Amino acid sequence: MMATNPILEIENLSLATSAGKSLVTNVNFSLGKGESLGLVGESGSGKSLTLRSILGLLPRGVEQVGGAIRSDVRSAMIFQDPRGALDPLCPVVRQLAEVVYYRQNVSRKASRTIALELLEMLGLPDSLKQKDRYPSQLSGGQCQRIVIAMALACKPGILLCDEPTTALDVTVQKQIIDTITRLQQELGFAMVFVTHNLAIASTMCSTLCVMKEGQIVERGESLSLLQNPQHSYTQMLIHSVLPLPELERGAGV
Amino acid sequence: MKTALQIEDLTVKYGEFTALDKVSLAIQPHTTLGLVGESGSGKSTLARVIAGLIAPSDGQVLLGSQVLGKKRSREQHKDIQMIFQNPDSSLNPKHTIRQILSEGLLFHKVVDRAGVEQRCKELLDRVHLDERALGRYPHQFSGGQRQRIAIARALSVEPSVIIADEPTSALDVSVQRSMLELFSTLKSELNLTMLFISHDLGVIHAISDIVAVMKQGQLVEVNPKDQFFSRPETSYSRELLSAVPKMPISITTGGLS
Repeated sequence: MMATNPILEIENLSLATSAGKSLVTNVNFSLGKGESLGLVGESGSGKSLTLRSILGLLPRGVEQVGGAIRSDVRSAMIFQDPRGALDPLCPVVRQLAEVVYYRQNVSRKASRTIALELLEMLGLPDSLKQKDRYPSQLSGGQCQRIVIAMALACKPGILLCDEPTTALDVTVQKQIIDTITRLQQELGFAMVFVTHNLAIASTMCSTLCVMKEGQIVERGESLSLLQNPQHSYTQMLIHSVLPLPELERGAGV
Repeated sequence: MKTALQIEDLTVKYGEFTALDKVSLAIQPHTTLGLVGESGSGKSTLARVIAGLIAPSDGQVLLGSQVLGKKRSREQHKDIQMIFQNPDSSLNPKHTIRQILSEGLLFHKVVDRAGVEQRCKELLDRVHLDERALGRYPHQFSGGQRQRIAIARALSVEPSVIIADEPTSALDVSVQRSMLELFSTLKSELNLTMLFISHDLGVIHAISDIVAVMKQGQLVEVNPKDQFFSRPETSYSRELLSAVPKMPISITTGGLS
């Protein structure tokens, strides 16, 4: 499954601990411009490690033991816990402007203007323009928007998302997903989306790779994969999604 | 009908912040009440007040017909047991499973010393764990198995009310499913009254008889499950339900039967 003009190619990627325990084995995928790929699986399946290896952000003690990662565009990452990803001692607009300053090589003044434009694009409150605030003074959803703004400030060709909505409430989760979808349409970046939630993965991504114990066990176009899962692990994942009855329209309120 | 647990005008303040604002709720015997709400809505505070871990500023909790005061008797403590979100922190890492399970049994004098071993084995069997687990430590088990141990410990003292505070949130989806199946078997076998807290509406749908929604310390809606999921009364419940990400295909085989 190779894209015609891939901007990211991962070939036979293998990761292991320095003690030699294999964590990810022979992972292959490629990503074309503007495409979105979902990596789904349970904890310990190696999806986050695969994502982190694209940025070279492997945790201490984990090494790449084989394979190659080729990419000719910039990538930026959104993390699961937005509060952990932000500097708690620096006001958010200043943090964002800092990223713009270093990444886009503009003056301090221009970086602030660009930062404020990004805030507007992400639907953050206007009051931040007058009065900067610390991450602890913002809600989880607002912090995640700041993290997304920082990722976009790098003008990425690929946006790497590591469970960006898992730590958030359902209503906020929906807003963040809508925001990411809208921005992808506007800016046309490619996306690798890591999640354990099949429903989110299938709405966000056109292609899905199911990972188990460090290997991709099944891959395919989202809808056909869900309708016709071949691997027993994929079937199990689909069956463990808890169904909700449809809301009756117009009833109630 | 007699209520198993009744809460009247419960108010809890953390300094200036009102975590619970005059919450009243009644749970019928042998039913499961699913409590949903976003983070910060006061679900866990409510659970902790009922379990006696936090003293309320105002209002009271009734178990059956007796009022649970600030200082509870051993018997009253025994009657309400709690299962926490994270089994890693609720199980003592330096105790074997035998010690974890027998502590409550002996403290509340559920069985005498000679019967402890037998009872521990029965408890593990109830939560589908092998009896060889008794000599091991919590870190030798997976997250789902640890949560089963926590459930066995809660069941060990034969409580009349079980409070489960997000018991499946720290677990993988496949484990979550088997955990929910365990809860529903236990519920029907032991006739438990349960307060089940979760922010996941799918979980609530699978386990509850009645659904209660909390928002900013207040109870906004209490309705039977079927009515809540198809015809929610308040716009907030509707908002919550429509925010749940949906699968693009309809699943016919999913869910608990």
